[in-house]
Amino acid sequence: MAATIQVENLEIVGRRGKGAELPIVRDVSFSVQRGEMLALIGESGSGKTTVALSLLGHIRKGCRIAGGKIRVAGYDVTALTPHECRSIRGRIISYVAQNAGSAFNPALSIMRQVVEPALVHRILPRRDLEARAVSLFRALALPDPETIGERYPGELSGGQLQRLMAAMALMTDPEVVVFDEPTTALDVTTQIEVLAAFKAVFAERGITGVYVTHDLSVVAQIADHAVVLKDGAIKESGTVSKILFQPEDPYSQALLTAAEPRSRQADLARQPEQPSLLDVRNLVVGYGQPTSAGLPEKVIVNHVNFSVPKGSMLGVIGESGCGKSTLARAISGLQPWAAGELLLNGTPLAADVRERTPEQRRHLQLVAQNADSVLNPSKPIGQALERVVRFYGGLRGGAATRRVNELLDMVRLSPTLASRLPSELSGGQKQRINFARALAADPQIVLCDEITAALDTVVAAAILDLMKELQRDLGLAFIFITHDLHALQSICDRVAVLYAGQAVEVGPAVALGQGVHHPYTRLLHDSVPLMEPGWLEATQTRRLAEATPAPISPLSLDPGLCCFLARCPDRVSGLCDRVPPPVRSVPEGPRVLCHLPAFDRPEFST
Amino acid sequence: MIVRIGSFRSRHDRAVVLIAFWLLLALLGPLCSSYDLGAIGSQPVFSGPSPAHLLGTDYLGRDTLARLLNGIRHTVLLCFASTVLSCSIGTFLGIAAVTARPWVEALTGRLADGFLSIPSLLFALLVIAVFGTSTTALIVTMGVIYTPGAYRTSRALAQRIARLDFVTVARARGESTTYIILQEILPNMAGPMITDVGLRFIYSVLLLSNLSFLGIGVQPPEVDLGSMVRENMLGMAYGSPAMIVPVIVIAVLTVGINLALDSSGGRR
Amino acid sequence: MNRHLVLLIGRRFLAAATSLVFVVVTVFAITNVLPGDATDALLGQGATPQAVAAMRHNLGLDRSVFVRFWFWLWGILHAEFGNSLLNGLSVADAIGPRLHNSLLLAGASAAVSVPVSLFLGVTSAIWKDTVYDRVVSILTLGMVSVPEFVIATIAVYVFAVRLHLLPALADVGSVHSLRQFLSAFFMPVASLALVTLAQMVRMTRAAMADTLSAPYIEMALLKGVGPIRLILVHAIPNAIGPIVNAVALSLSSLLGGVVVIEVVFTYPGISGLMVDAVSSRDVPTVQACALVFCVTYLFLTTFADIVTILSLPRGRKT
Ligand SMILES: Nc1ncnc2c1ncn2[C@@H]1O[C@H](COP(=O)(O)OP(=O)(O)O)[C@@H](O)[C@H]1O
Ligand code: SF4
Ligand SMILES: [Mg+2]
Repeated sequence: MAATIQVENLEIVGRRGKGAELPIVRDVSFSVQRGEMLALIGESGSGKTTVALSLLGHIRKGCRIAGGKIRVAGYDVTALTPHECRSIRGRIISYVAQNAGSAFNPALSIMRQVVEPALVHRILPRRDLEARAVSLFRALALPDPETIGERYPGELSGGQLQRLMAAMALMTDPEVVVFDEPTTALDVTTQIEVLAAFKAVFAERGITGVYVTHDLSVVAQIADHAVVLKDGAIKESGTVSKILFQPEDPYSQALLTAAEPRSRQADLARQPEQPSLLDVRNLVVGYGQPTSAGLPEKVIVNHVNFSVPKGSMLGVIGESGCGKSTLARAISGLQPWAAGELLLNGTPLAADVRERTPEQRRHLQLVAQNADSVLNPSKPIGQALERVVRFYGGLRGGAATRRVNELLDMVRLSPTLASRLPSELSGGQKQRINFARALAADPQIVLCDEITAALDTVVAAAILDLMKELQRDLGLAFIFITHDLHALQSICDRVAVLYAGQAVEVGPAVALGQGVHHPYTRLLHDSVPLMEPGWLEATQTRRLAEATPAPISPLSLDPGLCCFLARCPDRVSGLCDRVPPPVRSVPEGPRVLCHLPAFDRPEFST
Repeated sequence: MIVRIGSFRSRHDRAVVLIAFWLLLALLGPLCSSYDLGAIGSQPVFSGPSPAHLLGTDYLGRDTLARLLNGIRHTVLLCFASTVLSCSIGTFLGIAAVTARPWVEALTGRLADGFLSIPSLLFALLVIAVFGTSTTALIVTMGVIYTPGAYRTSRALAQRIARLDFVTVARARGESTTYIILQEILPNMAGPMITDVGLRFIYSVLLLSNLSFLGIGVQPPEVDLGSMVRENMLGMAYGSPAMIVPVIVIAVLTVGINLALDSSGGRR
Repeated sequence: MNRHLVLLIGRRFLAAATSLVFVVVTVFAITNVLPGDATDALLGQGATPQAVAAMRHNLGLDRSVFVRFWFWLWGILHAEFGNSLLNGLSVADAIGPRLHNSLLLAGASAAVSVPVSLFLGVTSAIWKDTVYDRVVSILTLGMVSVPEFVIATIAVYVFAVRLHLLPALADVGSVHSLRQFLSAFFMPVASLALVTLAQMVRMTRAAMADTLSAPYIEMALLKGVGPIRLILVHAIPNAIGPIVNAVALSLSSLLGGVVVIEVVFTYPGISGLMVDAVSSRDVPTVQACALVFCVTYLFLTTFADIVTILSLPRGRKT
């Protein structure tokens, strides 16, 4: 039997602006049999989306197919007229876009858009299509399947939109579905739900497809075969188990090493208890006018407590919008807080950075999130570093240059880079310079906000290694803000779990996998996909086995109660919905904000 | 965004070179002509090009080329002065709105909204009705008219830059506001602001020409491109260069700069 | 949701009201910084102090600024703009018929230029980067870059001087037949339409091109949606707000254009009156004309913003 998708020697070239044509995809060949899912693996810019779109006969502006053949379900896609192309799109082959938030038309209701592919191909009358859409919504575990279609994209969350987009793709029962990083923009706890919903539908309908991703653990859950792309060319292809467990190509090996959760702690001997360097006490940060209770209208960071001992690394984890960056801004003195205090070496810090002493500012450095905007584009990086050296250390001339070279060396960059402008550096290099600038102040503690989020896995892994080295060699303390639990576990000594602005758990990082934890920490920990085929099913089965109480609407809840109440699988009715949660400490373990009588829990007593 | 600032540099360069060329022409051009401006020649009026008068003569029989060079001087210098005025005040206020206390932004923003709700030509008519058509009045009027626009552009730019992480880091380091403005914000505003300066220069050329054409701009015996067209309207019937050439010069001036900037924005 | 919308529109009206106050105060303030001018203009430089004082009293210039502002405002509210300093006639009476003519001219030009430029703008966005789009782009760039009078003069030159097709001067007073009407109006309307057209095309194209580059348009293509449905169902509902805004902004440039066109064609509209008044420093007339223009402008921009607010997609209203 012929393969459902067959790509042979595909070459795509493109040009930027008025430049010469450059190859984007080179000599790519693969095939997918009926009922199989192929993963296209690669880092950003490796040409994944270009290949995926070409399967639908769609080539972005400025690019063209320079050679090769694409056959999908018996159609020669490269030879189709635009009209024929249109007739197979959405009917024979459909597409799930990377960012559902922008791929849905904001001006049209969900239902109109979901039934559209089937409608334009006149598959069924509208009424029947809407019934089919509702059954798909149900199959994809969407809330209110009967009425969700009447809503507009702006009113739904990212995870819901991503599932709706899958429903839209499946409306016509297509032979092939192309998924382009459908869960990359989602939080892990949402990602697992979306993946599970996808997987259930795949199993039920036997879908043939291509799944684009950079996340190897997702590949392990979803795909049967995989192709590794780099710079538009195939590095390796084969079954998922071969690629994940016996990769032959050095690049796939590097990808795998970077993605594997591994501890960078081993070489650190257990340190004696260090005195506290930074103490965050009952910090409240928010926006808007203060209310009668003296708190801001919109509280973003809610009575957060933790401390960072000298030379240690604290990880702060939470989903997007939980207040991580706000916390970082408050600690750096860029955002005033409404209540609480901050101690550095036991002395209180002013809320406004301008009122802190130069010494205090020097000791606490911020490494900001976005590698692209973190360096002044019109200043050579040497100058940027020199400025900091002079600002804090008062060094000038030769001494300053020497120090800059020393700093570049510390972050493993060549001193020749000093004369370059930021636009001439790669993302990883920029993030290193970003570090060097913080180090130039000779700080005691460095605050890192999502510094690895925008980097490719291999580059991000190298940055994590660098952080660990700096901690060991310079005795630096870090606050590492992230949404990536594996990264956090691999380098941090302690962890603070943030949910809706509250630190629901603060404890040692090594213990995250074992022992007693706050229900949200458990959910978070269990949602991070492992690189084991079958992990998704196992997790889902385990979750279904636990009796989950009926969900309650978060709107009806008193803000004083537990912030995780609406989603908590373990809530104790009559207690959690009446009384605000107490702070409980587990000996040698975490401090949690929860009613659960930790000592009564079965895994603890056995 | 930031990357774009860098890669579009050549476009700004072209516009800067063009404006510099016109300025040079405005300053040196009139020196090249040997004709006395005011002298009413014995020549016939609206004559065609001849070796003595390369562009013929105007409605009073004066040398068109000499008048033209003078017209260019007035148009370019007046408009340049008013552009410098509006863009420097606008940029200053725009940066102040972003870096100073919130009430500064509230106040300047309201004022700009107010000024922008008066169409520019109308505002000019209103002011000229009161203050007359002296050179200073014209420069200041046009300067005031285009300040709110320059303010908005620079405020938007400064706001965008001030939100970027490198400014955040500089503030966390404890840098002074002056340092942040001069070293971190301004250098990154320069490119896009040049586009804005170019656009505003074009707008003022259009406005001044219109005013002079209406007879309420530059007054005789002085001449600018717009009033030259007005004076020589009658020459239209003869296809006289005295009327056609200034029109072409205005078009070359504005279309040229516009093409260099290749702006797709509207007129304001 | 709906309350939110009402709130947004309410806020827009409030902003318009603020602007209106600003405009009224500015017009008054500018025209009153030099109170001597009115008497100078009326009596000439050599007038005796007594005559000047009497004049000032007559005109109410010896009272405080606030009192004068109050009287002036009171007058405006009753469509009473005072008397012309030139001929002593009521400004309101002079403006009335001329305003009618001007609105006719502006309305007719808008009726021509809006549909044409919507068509050109939308089509050139759809066929972006084709020869058609380039030609439209270059032509409109050229046209927005030259002053309005140039376009008008060229039109006069071509149609009236070269081709002898049409009268160069609008003689609205002697219009008795449709034919005369057409020939008297054609030139000014065509020139004014041309003047506003270019900018409207450019802004419409930009708005439409912006929408067409959105990810949801690519998604619709990938669903197999055809070109007509793509434009009508997916692009237009999202582009409508920005396009209306573009059109309104360009129509306000029509207000500037009207001034020039009326003068070039000696069209008996309000702008001719205003330009003459400016030359002769007839302040009450200038004030009145400026107010009329500003209020029209304010009305246009407010209207456009409200359409934009109404066309915002659900769940995106902020
Ligand atoms: N200026 C602001 N005004 C009101 N709310 C804001 C402002 N800035 C951020 N927020 C809100 O604060 C919340 C937390 O944001 P942030 O700290 O950036 O979260 P994280 O870094 O964890 O993703 C978000 O819901 C965001 O919408
Ligand atoms: S307090 Fe209750 S609802 Fe909240 S996390 Fe603990 S068990 Fe769940
Ligand atoms: Mg963040």
